[in-house]
Amino acid sequence: MTAMTPEGLGDWAGPILSGALTTLQIAVLAYAIGLVLGLLGAGAKLSPWAPLRGVATAYSTLIRAVPELLLIILLYYAGPQALDALLARLGIAGAVQITGFATAVGVLAFVQGAYMTEVFRGAILAIPLGQLEAADAFGFSRWTRFHRFILPAMLPNALPGMSNLWLILIKDTALISVIGFNELFFTIQQAAASSRAYFLFYAAAGVIYLLMTLTSTALFARLERYVRRGQPTEA
Amino acid sequence: MDFSWLSDPFYQGYLWEGFVNTLWLLLVSSVGGLILAVGVALARLRGPRPLVWLAWAFTTVIRGTPLLVQLFFFYYGVGRLLEGVPGMRDSVFWPLLRDPFFFGALTFILSVGAYSGEVIRGAMQSVPRGELEAGRAFGLSGFQVLYRLWLPRAIQLCLPTLTGEMILLLKSVPLVSTIALMDLLQAANIIRDETFLVYEPLLLIAGIYLATTIVLTLLLRLVELNFPGMRPTRRRWLPIR
Amino acid sequence: MKFPMMIATAVTALGLGQTAQASDPLQVGISGEPYPPFTYKAASGDWTGFEVELAHAICAAMERECEIAPTGWSGIIPSLKAGRIDMIMNSMSITEKRQRVIDFTRPYYFTPGSYVAASERDLDIPDGLDGLVMGVQSATTNATYARRELRDSGVDIRLYDQAEQVNNDLLAGRLDVILADEIAMVQFLERDEAEGFEIKATAPQHAAYGEGIGIGLRQEDDALEADLNEAVAAVIEDGTCASLSKEYLGTDVCVYD
Repeated sequence: MTAMTPEGLGDWAGPILSGALTTLQIAVLAYAIGLVLGLLGAGAKLSPWAPLRGVATAYSTLIRAVPELLLIILLYYAGPQALDALLARLGIAGAVQITGFATAVGVLAFVQGAYMTEVFRGAILAIPLGQLEAADAFGFSRWTRFHRFILPAMLPNALPGMSNLWLILIKDTALISVIGFNELFFTIQQAAASSRAYFLFYAAAGVIYLLMTLTSTALFARLERYVRRGQPTEA
Repeated sequence: MDFSWLSDPFYQGYLWEGFVNTLWLLLVSSVGGLILAVGVALARLRGPRPLVWLAWAFTTVIRGTPLLVQLFFFYYGVGRLLEGVPGMRDSVFWPLLRDPFFFGALTFILSVGAYSGEVIRGAMQSVPRGELEAGRAFGLSGFQVLYRLWLPRAIQLCLPTLTGEMILLLKSVPLVSTIALMDLLQAANIIRDETFLVYEPLLLIAGIYLATTIVLTLLLRLVELNFPGMRPTRRRWLPIR
Repeated sequence: MKFPMMIATAVTALGLGQTAQASDPLQVGISGEPYPPFTYKAASGDWTGFEVELAHAICAAMERECEIAPTGWSGIIPSLKAGRIDMIMNSMSITEKRQRVIDFTRPYYFTPGSYVAASERDLDIPDGLDGLVMGVQSATTNATYARRELRDSGVDIRLYDQAEQVNNDLLAGRLDVILADEIAMVQFLERDEAEGFEIKATAPQHAAYGEGIGIGLRQEDDALEADLNEAVAAVIEDGTCASLSKEYLGTDVCVYD
């Protein structure tokens, strides 16, 4: 085998679909972890302790002010090193091997968390204060107040922002290809280079991402209708 | 932290070139994009049916695909295709088609056109009909109503969101480093290649972007306050999409 | 409840492994972006090419298991230092600058850099470069050479992340000339679409180019370095390197003592 033989769209369909699957896996995991980070961050920003508020504000403001591509590259290379140094300080010996997949998910989740913090904070602030005061007056514990009062009331307010962030996340997974991680767009680039059909493959990439975003938009619309059940419809 | 390379004029040259390119790209893309956005908004609100559909399709496709994919599609995909067209090399377009800045600006203009088009369309729909009708009653032509009444009122409604879109545009600029355009990220990559430092070059340009974002936000805040008829709004410090 | 399950899957997926042991397969780092004919991916999904096959041969000689680990080229040295990969085997030149941060085995092949442009263009290096647009792949010795030596020649240097992108833009007419490894260029010129192009000149010996291509290693991995040196010598002496080289590159580029 000397020169590379040009291969067509059919040959690459398998790897491309598996790349799309990887992209979805990364997106779902990063979204889930980002959600948790966002809830924690929103809680921290609304807490009465100033240092906690300061840390959360620094986190969400800095991450949102710097371009995502830059953050992804920085965290992907510097993150594991920083983590190793941290673990070494804590006395856990030996290099902990974190897979490339984990780093990609971690980086995207970390960035998502900053944006989610703002969405949740805005959504929680929009809950009429009287409802929370009533919960306190009835003597509900903080945990019950959180998952019976705050969470259900916050969800309808947060959903538009959350669906927006999901769409942005799917599109941001393409940025991981710049660090050579093998997801959908990276596979597309390899296919385009090996088959010389650049226009075809990049157009195909656009179609695949479009399918993902359109399906997501439809699903989120249904989710929003479900979550808003029982609420008075807007004028 | 080793920042000794900062004093080397060799690297300073690249950093400066990257910074200037970034600013130029921002300027060209925002101006061109906003003009396109008004066109797209108008097409969706007033145009004949095919134009409405075209504008909707354009907006959906641009907003539904990653910016990086669009960049590659135009630069490596379309660019390569156009080159194969006979006579292209001798045409007046050729210097443009060779230039990554052109393709970067083109992609960003389309992107701003789609996202801001949506924003402007929503704002234009929110302008009270009565004001436009009054303009017509006074004898203003269709174009005058647009230029003197409809657009300014719409912009008053959505200016904070539009300035937010400009900040988001700034954050998308590093992507052009993938199509061989010398921007800040490429300058940082050069420094990383030669010095093998991981953190420092990236931290520097993160800092430059942070500073530029702050300056740009303040400048745009000034524009907001001074735009005729704007009521000052309470807003978060940094916009999110 | 679904929530604990989500956490459990997330943690398992994060794959926090144990510390690397000697019996774990060696992670051979190559560029995730294709670099034919040294490393490229066939549609079957397997990595192949001169260096991939040579890596398998060297590992067989060392009697160790090896896994190919594609990594982004511009971050391949940080990945090595962070322990994600155990060695770099993708046409990485042994240069003094790199030797400050990583170690290399003995060189296994050597290729100079060469200029490729359209056959009909008369190119005089370096004076004729004034006003032309030249493409190089970033993070390569060619890029370093171009930046340092050709700045004053008036040429407009464009940096690309991937070698194939440079080739593509040359064919698309966006670049007037490119500077890349000679062997990769010889292969590139054999393609049908590269018919109107030829090698114009070879770049001279320069500190940026170093002493040849070696396998990159962490500086503290002395045992691995000794093993690899032995294995590389064995593979070169018994002719495996030569036959692989002729098969993928059309010529024998292995470095003999």
